[in-house]
Amino acid sequence: MMRKAKEKSPNLAIELAGISLKNPVIVASGTFGYGEEYSELVDLNRLGAIVAKTITLKPRLGNEPPRIVETASGVLNSIGLQNVGVDAFINEKLPFLKKYDVPLIVSIAGETTDEYVQLAKALREEEISGLELNLSCPNIKYKRKSMFAQDPKTAYQVVSRVRKATSFPLMVKLSPNVTDITSIARMCEEAGADGLSLINTFTGMAIDIENRKPILREITGGLSGPAIKPIALRMVYEVHKAVNIPIIGMGGIMTTGDALEFIIAGAKAVAIGTGNFVDPLTSIKIIDGIREYMVKNRIRDIELLVGSLQCPKS
Amino acid sequence: MVQVDGKILENREVGPQRYKMALSAPQIGNQAKPGQFIHVRVSKSFPPLLRRPFSVHRAQGQNIEILYKIVGKGTEILSRKKRGEYLDILGPLGKGYRLPQKRGQVQFSKKSPSVTSKTSDIILVAGGTGVASLLFLAESISVSNPESSILVLIGAKNREELLCEGDFRRLGCGVEVATENGTRGYKGLVSDLLEKFLPLSGNKPKPIVFTCGPSEMLKRIGKISKEHRFPCQVSLEECLACGVGACLGCVVKTRGSTYNYKRVCKDGPVFDAGELIWE
Repeated sequence: MMRKAKEKSPNLAIELAGISLKNPVIVASGTFGYGEEYSELVDLNRLGAIVAKTITLKPRLGNEPPRIVETASGVLNSIGLQNVGVDAFINEKLPFLKKYDVPLIVSIAGETTDEYVQLAKALREEEISGLELNLSCPNIKYKRKSMFAQDPKTAYQVVSRVRKATSFPLMVKLSPNVTDITSIARMCEEAGADGLSLINTFTGMAIDIENRKPILREITGGLSGPAIKPIALRMVYEVHKAVNIPIIGMGGIMTTGDALEFIIAGAKAVAIGTGNFVDPLTSIKIIDGIREYMVKNRIRDIELLVGSLQCPKS
Repeated sequence: MVQVDGKILENREVGPQRYKMALSAPQIGNQAKPGQFIHVRVSKSFPPLLRRPFSVHRAQGQNIEILYKIVGKGTEILSRKKRGEYLDILGPLGKGYRLPQKRGQVQFSKKSPSVTSKTSDIILVAGGTGVASLLFLAESISVSNPESSILVLIGAKNREELLCEGDFRRLGCGVEVATENGTRGYKGLVSDLLEKFLPLSGNKPKPIVFTCGPSEMLKRIGKISKEHRFPCQVSLEECLACGVGACLGCVVKTRGSTYNYKRVCKDGPVFDAGELIWE
């Protein structure tokens, strides 16, 4: 009987940009701290991968509060990349994460291309599985006035330079705050990215009508949660058609159905962000849910679902 | 910290728009300490999307109570929950009040014979539903430190909105009341009432003050504690996303070489008043 069950058990494991994942469900950067914060509630070993909170070269205090506000089916945040910096990350945060049998992808952000390169070099000797270049935080002031992910040439430049500085698998996290995300995605692929994380938050705002002030101290913030899911899904669909590297799809995934939509649209893996706040077990429930869906629909390998969207013929 | 399905034992109106809910929440009830909170998912659908935080009002065995006011959609939904329904709860979360373990261990004197009769060792200052966590604190102190005398100052807009007065009296606490419209007790702010009870001069032992309420009130009491140099712990209320210290959405500015940010949900919600930089 045991054998029979085993034969039926579908394969959820994937190879993502050279990283082996037990399943395609990842926790997204900035929503899961450094793992430790959720370790009492979530069995970290069950996750496909953890993307740690973005680190920078030097510690950052982050933005002035209020930093967060709930909107209709969404959350606006303006944290401003508060983090301990790469040295303290290596010394204080990494040892905890190393205890777990789960791939760790480290998210990095710089104010300049050089800072990205220095971060990649600083992490070169560490036991991590990959890097995610956060080119798309909407809440910090860039010297160059716009995000790296808002200009194809700049994106190309930073990705190609980091590519030369590290042998780790390189994911690039893109911004939805652009006219054509596929052109940026193609440039990242050309520059040597191993995969793309789609998408970061949408710039948004909320106003207190009583005093006519913005609710967030920084006026604008990044919108996440179910409110953005249809747009995120459309972007994953478009980029999947445009590139040949794997995509981690994210944006308001709360349920198994949401995750499956992203996979069918072309994401090889999915990431849970705001969903972690609502229910820390969102990722675990989605892993179980995907397995159930595959059993029910007799799909033996998750890869068969990736990009399996059947559009009507035009 | 655990995530459990808590069964609602009772959810009753205790004042205008004010409710008290009792829940059976195994592992939370017997772990919770005064000042800690639970993070409640009020609905399986959204909005409201995020959980809502509530101070533990009482904890006994497996059971906990929360005391809340309807302030928005989340609490409105909560107020309509019926006995027997279940709520997804995270808790206990955060760092609570640091209790004086034994009489005299904190800054008030154990030598002065006048302490018990004339002065209060401990003053609790509650504004509105901020009273919720302070009742739990008073109950804990009365068990751990039965000799101490507790004075409770309760503030509200009017007499209808006053909460928990009888509960504190039953514990043997001294209770004084302030209402903004003067319909009961002292007319004015509870922070002004506090100033009237302070030993302002001489060698009188300083009380330790614990307070929870609207931020303007806490700010004022923080200022008074600095002027009169008494130890003061304040419990802050913030909008929270994760509640477990991961998202960094709920920070407050605290003193450091320049300044730091601390997380209300994880490093607090209780802080030393002197540690906070009030904006």
